[in-house]
Amino acid sequence: MDFLTLIQVLDSTVRLATPLLLACLAGLYSERAGIFDIGLEGKMLMAAFFSAAVAAVTGNVWLGLLAGIGSSMLLAGLHGVASITFRGNQLISGVAINFLAAGMTVLIAQDWFQQGGRTPSLIGGGRFVPIELPFAIGPADAAAAGVPLTQMLKEAGWVSQIYSELISGHSILVYLTFLFVPLTAWILFGTRFGLRLRAVGENPAAVDTAGVSVVGLRFAAVAICGVLCGIAGSYLATALQAGFVKDMSAGRGFIALAALIFAKWRPWHALGACLLFGLFQALELRPDVLEAAFGMKIQAQFLGALPYVMTVVILAGFVGKAIPPKAGGEPYVKER
Amino acid sequence: MTLMKSLMGAAASLALTAGAALAEPALIFDLGGKFDKSFNEAAHNGASRWAEETGGSYREIELQSEAQREQALRRFAEAGANPVITMGFAMADPLSTVAADYPDTKFVAVDVTWLDANNIRQIGFAEHEGSYLVGMMAAMASKSDTVGFIGGMDIPLIRHFACGYAQGAKAVNPDINIVANMTGTTPAAWNDPVKGSELTKAQISQGADVIYAAAGGTGVGVLQTAADEGILSIGVDSNQNHLHPGKVLTSMLKRVDVAVYEAMKAGTDLETGVFTMGLAEEGVGYALDDNNAPLVSSDMQSAVDDARSKIISGDINVASYYENDSCPALSF
Repeated sequence: MDFLTLIQVLDSTVRLATPLLLACLAGLYSERAGIFDIGLEGKMLMAAFFSAAVAAVTGNVWLGLLAGIGSSMLLAGLHGVASITFRGNQLISGVAINFLAAGMTVLIAQDWFQQGGRTPSLIGGGRFVPIELPFAIGPADAAAAGVPLTQMLKEAGWVSQIYSELISGHSILVYLTFLFVPLTAWILFGTRFGLRLRAVGENPAAVDTAGVSVVGLRFAAVAICGVLCGIAGSYLATALQAGFVKDMSAGRGFIALAALIFAKWRPWHALGACLLFGLFQALELRPDVLEAAFGMKIQAQFLGALPYVMTVVILAGFVGKAIPPKAGGEPYVKER
Repeated sequence: MTLMKSLMGAAASLALTAGAALAEPALIFDLGGKFDKSFNEAAHNGASRWAEETGGSYREIELQSEAQREQALRRFAEAGANPVITMGFAMADPLSTVAADYPDTKFVAVDVTWLDANNIRQIGFAEHEGSYLVGMMAAMASKSDTVGFIGGMDIPLIRHFACGYAQGAKAVNPDINIVANMTGTTPAAWNDPVKGSELTKAQISQGADVIYAAAGGTGVGVLQTAADEGILSIGVDSNQNHLHPGKVLTSMLKRVDVAVYEAMKAGTDLETGVFTMGLAEEGVGYALDDNNAPLVSSDMQSAVDDARSKIISGDINVASYYENDSCPALSF
């Protein structure tokens, strides 16, 4: 295994970790405020559909992104109304959202486009295209030189390999996502809003006593969750892919939940957990690399199962216990 | 209880006799869905062609979960649909129990060839023969001497595809490097285009410049990424050349549409038994149309047509993964 192969695997890791990270941060806001959210998957799926549909109709990916965020926030609002206003069971509401999204996306897509629950393929301005950073070796340089891109990268130095392959060539949403991590850490641990948000997930009665609206804070958290899930879904449909296919989120919302527990509800750890799980997914695609690294054939499926196994181990308390926010899952009832 | 039973029995037999008068065919699509641009869509095309030509109508259902298989079969059989056409290998188990309960109904099983029942028309395709031809084309089109294969769910059928493809590629160039990946081991592997894309990128970084996708909805992602990255891809089941004109080298056709069309046309007089549709029966083949004509050179076409006639005459024997449970040209 040469250095470039390693970089290519890491490059794939970044792409695969981005939707996980967005969904994981979305869950982080919601669960830190005491609202469990297993509907991340459904919100992503809904956003994937609406972003692709609007981008296909208007030809403008930014409008698609807005539509994706809007549809995801709508579902988040539904979750909020059910679990905050009506004090329903948060898990059941989340499950309902997942089913609702799985069914509605295909139904609307079929009615709208008659392509069997898909959107038309996105072309031109309907997609987020990879951004080539200055001085990076990209497809255009390879075409100009008349050699394959892989060949050209192989001949470049290692600094150039890291820069061209790993850092350059992602869509703008990827760079945004990685900025969200310090931003989230600052909001949660550096601002008054963040303090109150965390407090409302630990001891809402104390927040209420201080004269701060518990309901307002929780709705704010759920709304932020909706925005982030919306970006995650749009990234799947308009940046990684060129259109919506039914069930295209393929369980990523659940892996993000596992990552959230693995990270023990902390933003920087969430980055680490998502990159680790993304690395597993990337390695699963490269059995040749695994074989070279370990000297024997390793079942790729094992890597696919690893995130879940690790989460169970963490939950069982073998390696550092994961303790969720204390008031998580409980609707707040004001004392009279 | 007995009264209830006899009442229900009477109702069931009423429903049966009422339905028998109609005897319209029924079609059960597999989980990929009617418009998967591939296997199920081919069945849909065949059924629509029959409906257009005869003015007849048919019932259909798109399965949404594994649990619906037997339920859907029984409902159509109870309603008197005849024949009941099912898509995909996964219908084999439910069919083996249901078919015996409805001896007067004829069933058609596409991609199933191993059941023991006298009212099932079992249709298998010689996918390895068709895949052999596109494998040859891939090897001839490849400049890097590396070709790729991306399968959907890891089942014997998909290995069967991969095996034929590898043999075809090796027939052209014995030293060719074949990179083969499966998307997953669960039915979700048929609908994960994001993973399909990543697999494509991974294979490109291993040098592949022609990639054959036999992966249902996941294949949409493979073809898309191949087109984006400027390499060639090969579609499967239906003609997928039009998805990215000039970027899809060819498509391995599996004439599910013909099988469904003929079953519907025969109606209740359908002949049952096990049938295999290979190159000789035009059950499999490769697609050539305006979209890929510039990519297929005359050398390529003559070589492939030559191999086709040799396979039909028996001069070339394409090893089947089913028969050997292993592949001489590719290890999994």
